[in-house]
Amino acid sequence: MERSASRREFLKIAGGVAAGIGLSAVVTVRPASATPAEMQEAIRKVVGSARVTPGKVKIDLPPLIENGNAVPLTVRVDSPMTETDHVRAVHVFTEKNPQPYVVTFHLGPRAGRAQVATRMRLADSQNVVAICELSDGSFWSDNASIVVTLAACLEDGI
Amino acid sequence: MASALINVPARAKRGEIIEVKTLISHVMETGFRHTQLGAAIPRNIIRRFVCTYNGTEIFSADLYPAISANPFIVFSTVATESGTLSFQWTGDNGFSVTESAKITVE
Repeated sequence: MERSASRREFLKIAGGVAAGIGLSAVVTVRPASATPAEMQEAIRKVVGSARVTPGKVKIDLPPLIENGNAVPLTVRVDSPMTETDHVRAVHVFTEKNPQPYVVTFHLGPRAGRAQVATRMRLADSQNVVAICELSDGSFWSDNASIVVTLAACLEDGI
Repeated sequence: MASALINVPARAKRGEIIEVKTLISHVMETGFRHTQLGAAIPRNIIRRFVCTYNGTEIFSADLYPAISANPFIVFSTVATESGTLSFQWTGDNGFSVTESAKITVE
């Protein structure tokens, strides 16, 4: 009786240690990735205590992309772009890239049209969030979900 | 050597909204990748892009590692007067490239 109990104890501990090693190996092998909570925190840092309302801004991403290394991204904002009413900045965030930040565009009334485009990297299928800051200090957001077949950041260098 | 491509219409009507496209050759190394021996590859990105129109800043962008290699940026501006649009990219390891384009406004 005594022996079997100690054997059980031993197995329990050995199993725990093995699982621990496995877990740490998984953690080190996986590339670093931000979480939706980290993205929210990054957004909070930019927005401050202001309220973010969905609308006005439109994020244009393909629903499915083969190569996550170069994903065409267009953000347009419904704004007259006048001296009194224009877009001050457009911020783009991701949920699961190693960092939540993607890009910040600073615009002004001289932009004429509130539309910007670039190419971004995506490490996984995820949500992309665009937040625009208007000249009156209000913040507006839009998000788009995208499926990535071949993720960026996975292949190693030389 | 870094090289930049810029697409700005050569002529425009006064008050017309023109589209400006810029492309620069740069690896945009994220700093999250490793060599096969496990050594981290240091970050090397362009951090900032600024466009000025006859000396006045009209557009700028802060870039992060999530921007693709060879950053491509498209934006628009109002053609107010004839002159020069100049573009500057600055980044890690003292990277700095300046390029300009002429525009005639009639």
